[in-house]
Amino acid sequence: MDFRLTDDQRALRTGLRELLAGRFGRHALRAAVDREGTVDRELWRELGAAGFFALRLPENEGGAGLGLPEAVLLFEEAGRALLNGPLVATHLAAGRVPGAADGARVVTCATQLRGLIPHFGDADAAVVIHGAGMRIRCPEELPHARRLRSLDPLTPLHRIPDGPKAPPRPDAILLTAAEQLGSAARTTEMAVQYAGEREQFGQPIGGFQAVKHLCAQMLVRTEVARAAVYAAAVTEDFTEIAGAKLLADEAAVQGARDCLQVFGGMGFTWEADVHLHLKRAWLRGRMWLTAAESEEIQAEALASAL
Amino acid sequence: MDLTYTEEEEDFRARLRSWLAVSLPKLPPKPDPLDWPGRRTYDTAWQRMLYDAGYAGLHWPVDAGGQGATPTQHLIYLDETERAGAPYVGANFVGLLHAGPTVAAEGTAEQRARWLPPVLRGDEVWCQGFSEPDAGSDLASLRTKAVRDGDSYVVSGSKIWTSHAEVADWCELLVRTDPQAPRHRGISWLAMPMDAPGVTVRPLRTLAGSAEFAEMFLDEVRVPVANRVGEENDGWRVTMVTLSFERGTAFVGEVVACRRTLCELARTARRNGCWDDAVLRRRLGRLNAEFRALWRLTQWNVSEAQNTGGVPGTGGSVFKLRYSHARQELYDTAAEVLGPDAMDLDREWTGDRLSSLSYTIAAGTSQIQQNIVAERILGLPKGR
Repeated sequence: MDFRLTDDQRALRTGLRELLAGRFGRHALRAAVDREGTVDRELWRELGAAGFFALRLPENEGGAGLGLPEAVLLFEEAGRALLNGPLVATHLAAGRVPGAADGARVVTCATQLRGLIPHFGDADAAVVIHGAGMRIRCPEELPHARRLRSLDPLTPLHRIPDGPKAPPRPDAILLTAAEQLGSAARTTEMAVQYAGEREQFGQPIGGFQAVKHLCAQMLVRTEVARAAVYAAAVTEDFTEIAGAKLLADEAAVQGARDCLQVFGGMGFTWEADVHLHLKRAWLRGRMWLTAAESEEIQAEALASAL
Repeated sequence: MDLTYTEEEEDFRARLRSWLAVSLPKLPPKPDPLDWPGRRTYDTAWQRMLYDAGYAGLHWPVDAGGQGATPTQHLIYLDETERAGAPYVGANFVGLLHAGPTVAAEGTAEQRARWLPPVLRGDEVWCQGFSEPDAGSDLASLRTKAVRDGDSYVVSGSKIWTSHAEVADWCELLVRTDPQAPRHRGISWLAMPMDAPGVTVRPLRTLAGSAEFAEMFLDEVRVPVANRVGEENDGWRVTMVTLSFERGTAFVGEVVACRRTLCELARTARRNGCWDDAVLRRRLGRLNAEFRALWRLTQWNVSEAQNTGGVPGTGGSVFKLRYSHARQELYDTAAEVLGPDAMDLDREWTGDRLSSLSYTIAAGTSQIQQNIVAERILGLPKGR
């Protein structure tokens, strides 16, 4: 047993981190906010070329033939960078919807949020997931979809009456959890950096125990979620995946809130990026599996273990 | 990211499992939890069985008399023994997990030969004399002094929270040998025989009712200079070696125990109708995710330790912070499931609930652990 990342896995993660640092730095992030979260098509194709969407497709279908652990590492990086767009849905559609694998098309999913579709106006296709299979729909086929003012400035949302329901796909749940993990790690870093620089009462605020303890708890939640997410990627056990989502949601949401607290008044402004992490974390927390649903799945697992 | 065990590791697990199946029935009945002399007898009998079967000091180095097992094998050992319902280290805790590894790492050949074999055989029990009334979490402010007099130190002062002091043969004692030196220097690590003249032990009753630790008064106790492990005034560094063992591995087996308790709790809840209460049911569900993740975090820490020479790193603090709170949540939830029966001290889990209150205090309070995480892992400045 060696739970640590392999050298190849580390290299994969570093590769995407560097790509995103170059192509989706702070300037690009704020530009995405200014255009209300619409997808940068050029970047989407670059992600496709880097194998982001086709990662798990077999090599003879143009993929990299890698598995869920590798995909989790990439989605964690996307979550760190707050990369916007229907990343999970397009990844799932690779190999099924033409153009998804190479990033030529943007594919969203109609069943990840009850009654809401993210990035609907931007998408070339919306998929409905039924069990393991998928059925493709075009935006024109859903004339009742109404745009709403999305809480998350980086994720435009449409409401659909009587939205289709489908059981969530385990890999979709886990990849969303991986994004939450990346966001939790990033807000921890942001808080620590700010606490080390910002001075009050003649010393960096990170010297105050009250601030230290906020930061320490952020790290603890992140590391517990990391162990859960990585292990679930390896075992692919559904209960473990649902548990990983529960812990990653909590790490991302509470991490962003604590980060906002450490930033103080600055954190409450539109200028700081903290609120973008918090709003996205809230949204992802409702995607595929809510906390209540995950807790029921855990309870069910306990009951059936008796 | 590989969670599968090697063939060699699975062989180890299988051998251990068959040995446990044969050996555990030979153990005498468990003593009352409040009977410390009885517990010493029971725990050392178990240690002797481990010794005879070649499992004693599993993760100690071979040249210290141990088995030189890898951290992964140690993890398997803790997993299997807990699942089988075998005793935990109990009264041998300090000897096997603190003092022994410290002597093995820092002691001379003579010291290792004198102190390590009796710990492995279960012949001698150790206790820990670190904390003082004014030096608990702030260990470096300890005041018990040792003055050199020929071949001996003359030790005076008092210690507190000394676990197993009543039934111990030896005490790993921290003393101040240079009062002029800065706080962290001027401290030395001594092995003190508990039967030395001038040692008085007064048991402290805990809120859980047991007398598992004690106050210890030292009145001009003579300890041979030869009993000092490490250099004079270098005891702080020696101690840090010990504490990293404590925080890294002390709670591994207990996670397995908590997962078992959680399953029993779910069974009880199904039986008594609590399961129909969605709030309680979801609380149990959340604990399932929690303890599963803590087990994965343990595997992560063990994988790290295996590649850093076996000394657990600061990951232990992250683990301890989360685990100590999860354990309290587990037994608070148990009390909800039990209802009025949670007021009955003879009911299962009531005593465990009381004991769980110590987990956020012992071995470094949660607040101190958060400082450690913030300063040593996150690099935040030291301050108030």
